[in-house]
Amino acid sequence: MLMFKVGTIAKHLNVHRNTVTNWIKKGKLQARSAPAKRYTISKTKFITFCEKENISKAVMEFVILETQHQAKNSPQDPEIDRNKNIQNDREAKKTSEFDSEALTQISGTDNLIGSVMVVGGGVAGIQAALELADSGYYVYIVEKTAGIGGTMAQLDKTFPTNDCASCIILPKLVECDRHLNIELITLAQVEKVKGSAGHFNIQIKKKPRYIDTDKCIACGICAEKCPINVKEEFNFGINKRKAVYIKYDQSVPLKYAIDPSACIYFTLRKCRACEKFCPTGAVNFTQTEETVTIIVGAVILAPGFKPFDPSGHDFFGYHNKDVVTSLEYERLLSIGGPNKGALLRPSDNTEPRKIAWVQCVGSRNHNNCGNSYCSNICCMSAVKQSMTSIEHIKGQKLERTIFFMDLRSHGKESEKFFEKAKEEKIRFVRALPHTMEPGKGGTGIQMRYMTERGEVMVESFDMAVLSIGFEAPEDALTLARLFDIELDQHHFARTSCIDPIESSREGVYVIGAFQSPKAISRSVVQASASAASAARLLADKRGSLAKTKIFPDERDILDEKPLVGVFVCSCGVNIAGIVDVDQVVAYAARLPYVAYVENNLFSCSADAQESIIDKIHEFNLNRIVIAACTPRTHEHMFQETLKTAQLNGFMVEMANIRNQNSWVHQQDSKSATQKAKDQVRMAIAKVACNYPLKQDRIKVVQKALVVGGGLVGMDSALTLARLGVETILIEKSDILGGNALNLETCFKGEKVGPMLKDLITRLNQNKKIIVYKKATLESASGSMGNFKGIVNINGKIKQIYFGAAIVATGGKEAVPEEYLYGDEPRVMTQMEFDKKVLYHPGKVNKTQSVVFIQCVGSREPKRPYCSRICCIHSVKTAIELKQMNPDIKVYILYREIRTYGEWEEYYKEARDLGVMFIRYETIRKPKVKKASNLLIIEVFDPIARRPVRIAADYLALATGVVAHDNKHLADFFKFSINSDGFFNGAHPKLKPVDLSVAGLFLAGICNYPKPLDESIEQARAAAFRVSALLLQEEIKSEAIKAFVTDRCDGCALCVDVCPFHAISIIKAEKQNRQPNAWAFIDPALCQGCGLCAATCPNEGIMVHGFTLEQLSAQVQAAVNGAAL
Amino acid sequence: MTSRFEPVIIGFLCNWCSYTGADLAGVARLQYPPNLRPIRVMCTGMVHPNLIMEAFTAGADGVTIMGCHPGACHYFEGNTKAALRAEVISMVLGDIGVDPARFELQWISSAEAPVFARLVTEFTRKIKKLGPHKRKILDR
Repeated sequence: MLMFKVGTIAKHLNVHRNTVTNWIKKGKLQARSAPAKRYTISKTKFITFCEKENISKAVMEFVILETQHQAKNSPQDPEIDRNKNIQNDREAKKTSEFDSEALTQISGTDNLIGSVMVVGGGVAGIQAALELADSGYYVYIVEKTAGIGGTMAQLDKTFPTNDCASCIILPKLVECDRHLNIELITLAQVEKVKGSAGHFNIQIKKKPRYIDTDKCIACGICAEKCPINVKEEFNFGINKRKAVYIKYDQSVPLKYAIDPSACIYFTLRKCRACEKFCPTGAVNFTQTEETVTIIVGAVILAPGFKPFDPSGHDFFGYHNKDVVTSLEYERLLSIGGPNKGALLRPSDNTEPRKIAWVQCVGSRNHNNCGNSYCSNICCMSAVKQSMTSIEHIKGQKLERTIFFMDLRSHGKESEKFFEKAKEEKIRFVRALPHTMEPGKGGTGIQMRYMTERGEVMVESFDMAVLSIGFEAPEDALTLARLFDIELDQHHFARTSCIDPIESSREGVYVIGAFQSPKAISRSVVQASASAASAARLLADKRGSLAKTKIFPDERDILDEKPLVGVFVCSCGVNIAGIVDVDQVVAYAARLPYVAYVENNLFSCSADAQESIIDKIHEFNLNRIVIAACTPRTHEHMFQETLKTAQLNGFMVEMANIRNQNSWVHQQDSKSATQKAKDQVRMAIAKVACNYPLKQDRIKVVQKALVVGGGLVGMDSALTLARLGVETILIEKSDILGGNALNLETCFKGEKVGPMLKDLITRLNQNKKIIVYKKATLESASGSMGNFKGIVNINGKIKQIYFGAAIVATGGKEAVPEEYLYGDEPRVMTQMEFDKKVLYHPGKVNKTQSVVFIQCVGSREPKRPYCSRICCIHSVKTAIELKQMNPDIKVYILYREIRTYGEWEEYYKEARDLGVMFIRYETIRKPKVKKASNLLIIEVFDPIARRPVRIAADYLALATGVVAHDNKHLADFFKFSINSDGFFNGAHPKLKPVDLSVAGLFLAGICNYPKPLDESIEQARAAAFRVSALLLQEEIKSEAIKAFVTDRCDGCALCVDVCPFHAISIIKAEKQNRQPNAWAFIDPALCQGCGLCAATCPNEGIMVHGFTLEQLSAQVQAAVNGAAL
Repeated sequence: MTSRFEPVIIGFLCNWCSYTGADLAGVARLQYPPNLRPIRVMCTGMVHPNLIMEAFTAGADGVTIMGCHPGACHYFEGNTKAALRAEVISMVLGDIGVDPARFELQWISSAEAPVFARLVTEFTRKIKKLGPHKRKILDR
């Protein structure tokens, strides 16, 4: 029941109070009068009223919230109640800041709001938004600039695959733009926050764009006519833009905006040229700042980071023209950048022959800028830049040097990437230049640096790149104040290892670089994990505000002749730089069936989709060919475009003229163009044979399987259960907890024991979770939505059915083979040392000296990867030893200290406490000898340049992490595993927790060694992705399946070849001369491999999308250009 | 003339391994000759022998089928079935006067971009050496 005063409703609905009274009198608003000039109305009646009157959902929700608290509260969930009390205490202090309106309160689940606000439209923000929007929550993205995409959109390539950054982020941006459940609010900032977890009431200030986005067609005439040039922020001021601008060419939304600080109409009150020339009348100088209130259940903060500004420190030499920051360098390399992808140095626009990268600019630098943390990604970013630079120059020779302190390639496949760079003759110099002076004639740069041996070197370079670090975003403090969340000393958001993305305030989650400096892949994991956190809070309101995507009815095209539209993508210069796109366009126009041809700069951009839709309608096209990149990444997007234009999604074919043409025939433009024409011709031939396909709906087994009962597996299972998914957890040993059982504290210092105990108790009490211990998965079959597994539980065999699975099989500490391990009890692994010495204060107090050796067996040919956690572990152990017994001498012998990100603070602390760090090289490894009751460790100190002998009580070996032998899992599930035995995500950057098989996910160390917080993030991310799948009763099946034609004579040859036993023979009474038997395909079992089709001698069975006719049309078109 | 002979080679690439490997070759910018005309199929096991015959009849100079390594097939055994079929196809090709060397079956995993580039280069070189297929038939 809602209770209100007439004035309240009138205010919110923006009408006069008499209007409301009239509504009540006339019965339009069926409210009854109550004491004290109030009225009551049932919630359902009010909702019906709002729907009839077209009142927006947000306003309706808001009114309901405002009026509901006066009614009696319903019984409460104790957990939420507790939060409410905490929240109320906080709110009470702040009430005075806000309007006099009464604060809304949470009561039960009734007031939970099924929508989420994401602040920041970078890759983390958009990933979180897409995850939530896809699974039934309404999402607002609040972005302060004119378009989303964040830093990733500014990058040229991403490591360690050197994937084109904009190619992999663009489809996501487009998806955000089109998503029914995502509302993009650009040029906007949060102004006020009220409420608490479950429902926040957030005021947003929207700056005027001065362009009507509904009218703007991004034709660019306004910018052409605009007389004002200002620095282009997107390219860091390397070039100029106009006062009316789009953020970047593929910006989403692709709408112009007027920069009022530059536009002379705002200063001199004249010009208005843009308005005069705009063909659609989109320019609107009367727009004003707007304030909107949005009600959401949870908030995800993803504001990104601020790149370190080196201009305040003259020793970085940034005032020299040929010294650029790493982000500016990305823009110099980028196809969409100021030089269109040609690498030219800024001073004289010539191609550089010798480039230096300087690491740790604004990172690991407490003295100069207070940034004592490591920025995590710059080493790999510099290696990437040095490797890809060669593609951007015309000349053959490029000398590349990277100056560094420790080369941190601690990510998956990163060490291999680093090794590859060394093979490519990139020079790595362990030194940081201390003086940078302009080179001869004012171009280039002269650097002075001191080698490890103490020699001062002077070297000239054509250009230098400063690998700048991350700083907390500029608005970190504002956000912290508005949302009342805690920050750390560097103004990054403070979180714990156990809840790595939960801010100090319930219902507010922090992800991406704002949480700590990190690479894209972990930001994406955190985004999915934040979706899990928001969904855990709002699970009861899932679907309450979300709209479902309804495509318009398909046009019936069966009787139409093929009319093909061809869209040829330039992909910036990725394609157009090699393939003569104009020729391809002209050629395609002459081919049969082709009714329309167009060239796009980026066929995947939002405006190109609009154009495709328009042209389908305009020319009545019924088939589309996209000549661009690979269908493996982009086909789905184009299928959706077709569906929006009333065509069946399968009426599109892609000609892969980038990955399989322009990128691989860079030396032979003529042949590449010919091949592109052939590819387009083949695609047209095939698409002409395409026919509409239907996707069946498959019932989903709404149960998940989690393999592995370590901390990660348990956290996944509990998250799944909270999100409403029944879960089976299997653990091969008889005890839950995995590696965490051996850990005393997390890296941030929280105790692991109590947390583990709590997890196990909750797991055992949870009715949605079944735990099998001493259980192993013997085999599995099936596909997304319907898997079947055989589990061996302590000798007993059991069949289980599940719709999706999370593999969290963990890893183990490697067993060393050197340094007297096994012969001498005082030589131990890190974990053994923790258990046998560190946790026994008595022993520590009696100890005089401890030596750690890092990289034991790691980063060597036999085990080439870096285990990521061992450096932090050793450094942290050293600190603990020093704290317990300050007299103890601790030595860490290392090859490279990789205390990445925030863990760098420990490295500093350890040095401050007097821990000795001595670097060694693999060619001169430390030697260990036994001496009566001591160990003698001999190591060559590269700075003192002499051997050092250390007497030690204990030697702890950092041996790294190895994967369990789980090849059998990869074998029967058929997902991909890397050469080190770790499971691969489907895409290293954008699908880090998906396995390569749909419906299967991974989390934790089985993916790659990682600390607890990162493992927990993955656990939650995977759990959320599973829940998104399994909370649906049915999923759409693949349309690519076999079908039986009328030529089938029931010979049954296909029955035996089918690997999925999907085919059976149906027999019937013989009638006339009709065959009396034919094949029947079970659509749930058929996977569309087509083994049957190639076996059939009679063309009696084929696969949709790959019929003999379609393939043969491609063959004919490939060979015979004239045939078409 | 023969030195400038640019053969037309048709490649049936399986969606899961070879096509992905070929895409990766692009990402890695591995250069190989531009004679291959790729046709994406879901599995090498779906390539009907008739298609190979048709390709040669139409005048292709070479045909290659590329799939996952044995044991790595997305559909368990599609590639092994394709291998068995390939043996028969080679025999039949000889019978109808097509040099069986013009037809090949290769295994390339989704990560083996360099292998893809190398195999395409080698096969193209081989076909160039064999010369145009059509003319040989005409000569006979």
